[in-house]
Amino acid sequence: MAFMTLNNIDVFYDKKKQVLKGLNLEVEEGELVSLLGPSGCGKTTTLRVVAGFIEPQNGTFTLDGTDLTKVPVHKRNFGLVFQSYALFPHLSVYDNVAFGLKIRKMDKAEIDRKVKNILEICDLTEFASRFPHQMSGGQRQRVALARALVIEPKLLLLDEPLSNLDAKLRINMRVEIKRLQKKLGITTLFVTHDQEECFSISDKVAVMNQGIIEQYDTPEHIYRHPKTQFVARFIGFENFLHFRKEGNLYCTDKGAVFAVDTDSEEGALMGTIRPDDIEIAREGQKDNVLVGTVGVRTFLGKSYQYEVNTEAGKFLVNTNSQYKEGEKISLYLPPEKLILVKE
Amino acid sequence: MRKNKLLTLFAVLVFAFLIIPLVIITVTAFGGESAITFPIKSFSLKWFVNVFTMKSFRTSFLTSLEIALLATVIAMIVGIPAAYALARSGMRGKGILKSVFLSPTIVPGIVIGFVLYQFLVLTLRIPVFAGLLAGHFMVTLPYIIRVVGSSLDQFDFSIEEAAWSLGCSKGSAFFKVVLPNITSGISAAFMLAFINSFNNIPVSMFLSGPGVSTFPATLMNYIEYNYDPTVSAVSVILMAATVLIMVVVDKTLGIAALAK
Repeated sequence: MAFMTLNNIDVFYDKKKQVLKGLNLEVEEGELVSLLGPSGCGKTTTLRVVAGFIEPQNGTFTLDGTDLTKVPVHKRNFGLVFQSYALFPHLSVYDNVAFGLKIRKMDKAEIDRKVKNILEICDLTEFASRFPHQMSGGQRQRVALARALVIEPKLLLLDEPLSNLDAKLRINMRVEIKRLQKKLGITTLFVTHDQEECFSISDKVAVMNQGIIEQYDTPEHIYRHPKTQFVARFIGFENFLHFRKEGNLYCTDKGAVFAVDTDSEEGALMGTIRPDDIEIAREGQKDNVLVGTVGVRTFLGKSYQYEVNTEAGKFLVNTNSQYKEGEKISLYLPPEKLILVKE
Repeated sequence: MRKNKLLTLFAVLVFAFLIIPLVIITVTAFGGESAITFPIKSFSLKWFVNVFTMKSFRTSFLTSLEIALLATVIAMIVGIPAAYALARSGMRGKGILKSVFLSPTIVPGIVIGFVLYQFLVLTLRIPVFAGLLAGHFMVTLPYIIRVVGSSLDQFDFSIEEAAWSLGCSKGSAFFKVVLPNITSGISAAFMLAFINSFNNIPVSMFLSGPGVSTFPATLMNYIEYNYDPTVSAVSVILMAATVLIMVVVDKTLGIAALAK
């Protein structure tokens, strides 16, 4: 059995709205697993079930072979980091970090040693006597992390910890989190709605939608082989085609024929491709080609994005070439880039 | 910065409107005549002496202090947890419950006084002091719930959850993390409740009984029969006490804490 398991978790709000629907998740020791999804998909609820703030109506949560489903929050010994940092405003950085150790009635010298050590690791030594309101967002976030780590938690839970930081700091902090997590070897759950952030930091990603996990895999695998339309859409596939299967080939309703080289699951009949992967067809090219007229153009910096109206619907195409609105172009969808997903 | 003369004049007028009555009262307190006159013709401190020598003033002042203090403390013991529950829980009917708790501030004091008189004095026949205390508790509770509640509305409860996650039980997290961060709300609530109880007349008038009366009620009685500057002297003493309290609060907590 895995180190941490969520088994068939059901959570209802107000007895009517089901937020988690028989959710299953297995996390191995030392892994950093992200829960990724749009707001309302149940990712924060999942984290709150693990933390112990919500008791699920059905299902079990086990850690290292022990059933913790009914154990209250304060007896779980998990480290939590919140989006709002949730530092204690009336305590200094030192006392914030020492809080969890004082609750554990550790002796003073031991507390002092541990607090100083973690402040050192988190690069906070010089801020020990400051108060939260005297610090920047990034510094506060490091204090929150130090406070969660100093109790040597069995599990580290991060709830959108970076979304209040500006873009540059966010990148620094996620490297920082990853570094600390690997150094301490602590099993971590990370909730986010930002796919780039999540892919860069995670060992595994669980993409959630409407209370279930749609796909659970390594970031590379999810990026290249999304299994469902929802996952594909969420990670940047913008173009979709309905297919019929005919032998080894796939046809649209209007008769365009496509070869697909990528692996796909039985019954996956929706073709999808990223705007970056579409090419402009050469003269006379017939296979995997879709004809359309150019619509609105937007400038993306490294390329232009065109909206192309094709027989299979609107397509988004990124290219460096310049086209005029209304111009006819042929799009080539390379078989090794075209992916089949379930609807 | 360019000053607007009209605005300055307006400000001065408003200020005068507020301050002049206080000045007149203060001046009349030092008059030598046996009726309140302004301006005064002679100077005397005898009305101040009168305040401190009249037994009914002294005992009722102490009664008022005692009742205001006790009522406020009891209201805080009941009101702070109530405000916490209202802020924290997502239960249905929360809005209605809030309105019920605040209703004593909306219902006229005379009505509350009369109803409590009917119920506590005529029906239950409870002792005068206990009756007064119950009445004042009722009057002060809404202030505690209201002010502490608005303080809690600003509180980020993930701070409390962080404390739980660090091993704090719910009870100890409330004392270690929630209370220290709403102290300004609590002291503001205390001041408001205390002052309202101390100044309350309608409830006290109905619930006062033989030998037990609050200070404002005694003062009212006195004015009905005597129109001498003793009341002015009392006002001056109360004003001085209020200023003193404000200065102390400002030095220890900051006046801003009361405004929050």
